Amino acid sequence: MSWLLALPVVIPFLTAVLAFLTRQSPLGRWISVAGSSLLLVASIILMATVLRDGVIAGQMGNWPAPFGITLVADLLSAVMVLITAIVAVAVSIYAIADVDEGMERLGYHALFNMLIAGVVGAFITGDLFNLYVWFEVMLIASFGLLVLGGRPEQIDGGVKYVALNLVSTIMFLTGIGLLYGMTGTLNMADLASAVDGADQRLLTIVAVLFMIAFGVKAAVFPLFFWLPASYHTPAFSVSAVFAGLLTKVGVYALLRMFTLVFDHDTAFTHTILLWVAGLTMVVGVLGAAAQSDMRKILSFHIVSQIGYMILGLALLTPLAIVGAVFYLVHHIVVKANLFLIAGVAQRIAGGTELSRIGGLYKSAPLLAVLFVVPAFSLAGFPPLSGFWAKFLLVKAALDVQGWIIAGIALAVGLLTIYSMTKIWAQAFWEPHPDGVEPKLSSLSNRERAAMLIPIAGLAILTVVIGTIPEPFVQFAEASAAQLLDPTAYITAVLGEQP
Amino acid sequence: MEFLFAITIGVLVAAAVYLMLSNHLLRFIFGLVLISNAANLTIFVAGRLTDGAPPLIPEGADAPTLAANALPQALVLTAIVIGFGLFAFAIVLVFRAWTSLNSLTPDDMRLAEPEEAPK
Repeated sequence: MSWLLALPVVIPFLTAVLAFLTRQSPLGRWISVAGSSLLLVASIILMATVLRDGVIAGQMGNWPAPFGITLVADLLSAVMVLITAIVAVAVSIYAIADVDEGMERLGYHALFNMLIAGVVGAFITGDLFNLYVWFEVMLIASFGLLVLGGRPEQIDGGVKYVALNLVSTIMFLTGIGLLYGMTGTLNMADLASAVDGADQRLLTIVAVLFMIAFGVKAAVFPLFFWLPASYHTPAFSVSAVFAGLLTKVGVYALLRMFTLVFDHDTAFTHTILLWVAGLTMVVGVLGAAAQSDMRKILSFHIVSQIGYMILGLALLTPLAIVGAVFYLVHHIVVKANLFLIAGVAQRIAGGTELSRIGGLYKSAPLLAVLFVVPAFSLAGFPPLSGFWAKFLLVKAALDVQGWIIAGIALAVGLLTIYSMTKIWAQAFWEPHPDGVEPKLSSLSNRERAAMLIPIAGLAILTVVIGTIPEPFVQFAEASAAQLLDPTAYITAVLGEQP
Repeated sequence: MEFLFAITIGVLVAAAVYLMLSNHLLRFIFGLVLISNAANLTIFVAGRLTDGAPPLIPEGADAPTLAANALPQALVLTAIVIGFGLFAFAIVLVFRAWTSLNSLTPDDMRLAEPEEAPK
């Protein structure tokens, strides 16, 4: 069983090695596409196995848990790996047109696959220190991708990104040390029961340390400043994979730790999370409203959307967790897609600064249609995926009489529409200030195919989730049930408990 | 012994926070090195401190009641290696920032987020 769990990590690693060896030739990009496709196959098999057999766990090197390193996949892990693979395929195809040969020679494809390996590893590990190692793999690869090319703006954004993420890493490490000192284990399944014997007040302090560490990664208020400082500077394919996946690893880690381990004092910890959720939503969306560059607007919207997911975790009712899981999956698809579309707009209209572009609706109607799908989904228009995600969360908030937080969630949805219509009006509707007509035919056939196929694929996925939400909601319900009652998770890792 | 370590860690963290807040990137990096060493020491102490009792057990013998905990030491080793890589990158990045932005004061680094002119 453990090869099934190890494959999604091993495949991108091997791909990264191969891509590094072939970085001087154009072969690297095809190796990257092939590697991501293999990863997609492996993650579909993993998903099918988890759906059939329930939670599966594997012990690396045959050291029994809790002594060895455990890899474990429940429904949440499996779906996160699957969605990572989908984004990896989309972005690796898009990169054929987006990444120039200079960046390829510097090892873009190797770094990209290393990043994917780190993300998948973080989703699939069952050991806290191993999670730290995967965070580092992901982090160092993202550092490289962020400054690849070395334009001064990239260096500027990179400094802030690197500095704040390293501080969060050290918080995480300190938290691990203290938790180990208190419980003597770092296996997450083992921790779930081991923390019961620890001093509960100290445990709360450690919980807050983890909350801050993962909060920086997830870009919640007031720890998100590195995100809008850096996400608009690298190549578009890099922005897209960052926007789709990186912050979500932080959300996943919060979701995992604060349902499995730190659920001893929810009145304290989850109340903080609720405040954080509300403030993140509001500050993110207001920040977006003040921006006039397409990528900067979208970056601030990542922050605002993270608030919704944290809201689900903070409420901690079954329906709220369902909403958070659904939101997580929907958001990765939609957000990565919007950044990819911004890349096409930059190519054919000559920028992402809204005042300097325009006319896309008239001369590139296909791109306009492809933009409308994820943009309206982000804002929560029925029948797209974002509507159901917001509906579930607002319903969950109303069920526990959270009138204010439900009101905030709805108001933030309205302001999201404002930002999306701003992009729509200025980039698509108004004529181009220079009088040119940006056309998709200005791209070569190969570039057009490589850029539009992933965008169309992700848009179709958004529409599918939106129009037939039932199986997806049922899936989210099942994975939320696993999160709230971790017996299956613990049994899969440690065996039958007396 | 634990007390001594606790004081050391506290001093390291205090110095690190001071350096990190002093509005200069190179000092920030030095602060980061100090605080990461404080974190490593925290893990080390979390494994309980024992005096001269290595966790080496002859084959067939029972586990001794008092021996050093090898796991935190392995964790610290991993963390040091990872930290070394990250700092190497961070220092090169700061050097690059100096050559391409001509400043190491974060307040001057506004290229990615230019200040809006008052309207």
